[in-house]
Amino acid sequence: MAVTVLIPTPLRPFVGGRDALELEGGSVGELLDRLTGEHAALKPHLFATDGRLRSFVNVYVNDRDIRQLSQRETPVKPGDTVSIIPSIAGGTAVAEELPKLSHEEILRYSRHLILPDVGVEGQKKLKAARVLLVGAGGLGSPAALYLAAAGVGTLGLVDFDVVDKTNLQRQILHGTSTVGVSKLESARARINDLNPNVRVETFETHLTSENALDIIREFDIVADGTDNFPTRYLVNDACVLLDKPNVYGSIFRFEGQASVFHAKRGPCYRCLYAEPPPPGLVPSCAEGGVLGVLPGIIGSIQAMETIKLILGAGQPLIGRLVLFDALKLEFRELKLEKDPDCPVCGAHPTVTELIDYQAFCGIGAEPSYDGAEITAQDLRAEWQGNPDLLLVDVREPHEYEIAHIDGAVLVPLGELPDRLAELDGHREIVTHCHHGARSLKALEILKAAGFSKVRSLRGGIDAWAVNVDPSLPRY
Amino acid sequence: MTLVLDARHVAAISRHGEADYPAEACGLIGGAVEAHRKVAVQLVPLANQRTDSARNRYLIDPESFRRAQEKLERDGLEVLGVYHSHPDHPPAPSAFDREHAWPWLSYVIVGVERGRAGEMKSWVLAEDRGSFDQEPITTEERKVVWQ
Repeated sequence: MAVTVLIPTPLRPFVGGRDALELEGGSVGELLDRLTGEHAALKPHLFATDGRLRSFVNVYVNDRDIRQLSQRETPVKPGDTVSIIPSIAGGTAVAEELPKLSHEEILRYSRHLILPDVGVEGQKKLKAARVLLVGAGGLGSPAALYLAAAGVGTLGLVDFDVVDKTNLQRQILHGTSTVGVSKLESARARINDLNPNVRVETFETHLTSENALDIIREFDIVADGTDNFPTRYLVNDACVLLDKPNVYGSIFRFEGQASVFHAKRGPCYRCLYAEPPPPGLVPSCAEGGVLGVLPGIIGSIQAMETIKLILGAGQPLIGRLVLFDALKLEFRELKLEKDPDCPVCGAHPTVTELIDYQAFCGIGAEPSYDGAEITAQDLRAEWQGNPDLLLVDVREPHEYEIAHIDGAVLVPLGELPDRLAELDGHREIVTHCHHGARSLKALEILKAAGFSKVRSLRGGIDAWAVNVDPSLPRY
Repeated sequence: MTLVLDARHVAAISRHGEADYPAEACGLIGGAVEAHRKVAVQLVPLANQRTDSARNRYLIDPESFRRAQEKLERDGLEVLGVYHSHPDHPPAPSAFDREHAWPWLSYVIVGVERGRAGEMKSWVLAEDRGSFDQEPITTEERKVVWQ
């Protein structure tokens, strides 16, 4: 039994009009040699003059592209089906005026230029490209550096923060010398040093429903490096409305994920996550921590996908979600389907303009904590007057190890419901955590359990270290 | 060979070119060969898979081609050719078109000038790949004969 080779219609005139041939051979290369040996006129249509398979000729063994297998060396066995499948490309004669490359750029990008998939045309496309990075933080740092190094002509950056020392563990765009400087100015200086050919356009603002369309409209591709749900939904919806690809990444502790959302060609973020989680359920990096290398990996994937989209090379991460687990060093891939009922990219969208994303994510709807919080200075004064006051630290033991307030009792938030009996309800209780979010949850748990004299330390141990006890390290 | 298009195919190709302007529109032409005529029966409009420069490039990837071909074959038809639009350019194949062309297939190009579809021409690659030759298009109002 031989291997069946399926011939597409345009090539059938060269093989006597047949749609399939039976050929003997142990590899794809042998089969193709036999095919062109028997039907010499086929050869120029399948192979370029350098002997390589033409870029628009695709060979599949059963259902798999040999480019994903071993190319010409891909083994075949009797009973297999080898299909020659056309891809069809073309276009107008006058390419849009791609910018020229200077001698300096040709030298700088020489390792790109010798890659067949980039070459001079690809490098010019990179130079012509305009990429918007939302967030110049953990994910935006490696993405901006690699995109700038690769020669993306225009990088837009949206951020409103200043560089903080706690950023430097992962935000490699910034440095010790730029602590206290705006992230955009810090980023501009670093990018200019890395590659002065890159034009940096900065937007020192929160991305909002009012400005998102105007900012994003001017760019070809958006790389989303935001750390909060309202902005992530905002970026997604704006990209769908403007038909822009959205290169998405997110990270948490030791895990990350990445995908490319382009509604015209696949699902969007809302197809994956129709609704945001309740506020507070998913801790931010500031609350939950993150391994510094992790955004380096995910942000680099975003840079890679962005470059592939610009070049039109390879298989973009559209319709696929990559999940990365740093501790296992494991990449998994989920197939994503477009949701036909998606409210923004489905057949009958209900979201046709940008909405209030804070409200959509339930922010602003949390209970008010007026009077339930106490400042660090007030706590110190009150504690001095009332040594009976009970300070409950609801952080994790490893955080306690970094720094703790002497006299506080450690009851991690997760254990609190089971350890209520340890607390004396007759005493004044103040809960505290790192920045003051978890301690409010602890306060709710205690109130619900009948504790009446409970307050939460506003700003957490961080505020205590700043305002009361500078001998404590901040983290 | 002559390419035979129904008037509604001509209209549909023009409309697709206008709808996707300023990007290039593309699709496949399915039909049957009768003597020296390629008779179009059905168009398969496809999404232009180019994200980088859709204004002057189009791409039909192998998966789309394969799905379209399978769909046509179920109806007893074969892929006769490809259509695409040239936004703000005349309907003549570019060197890029020729480099990437398949033999035998009809390459129908419609020029779309400032959003309005204009002239439509069909081209076939020479067997030595050296040139693209224009192929006559006959437009027929087809009578549907139910058998």
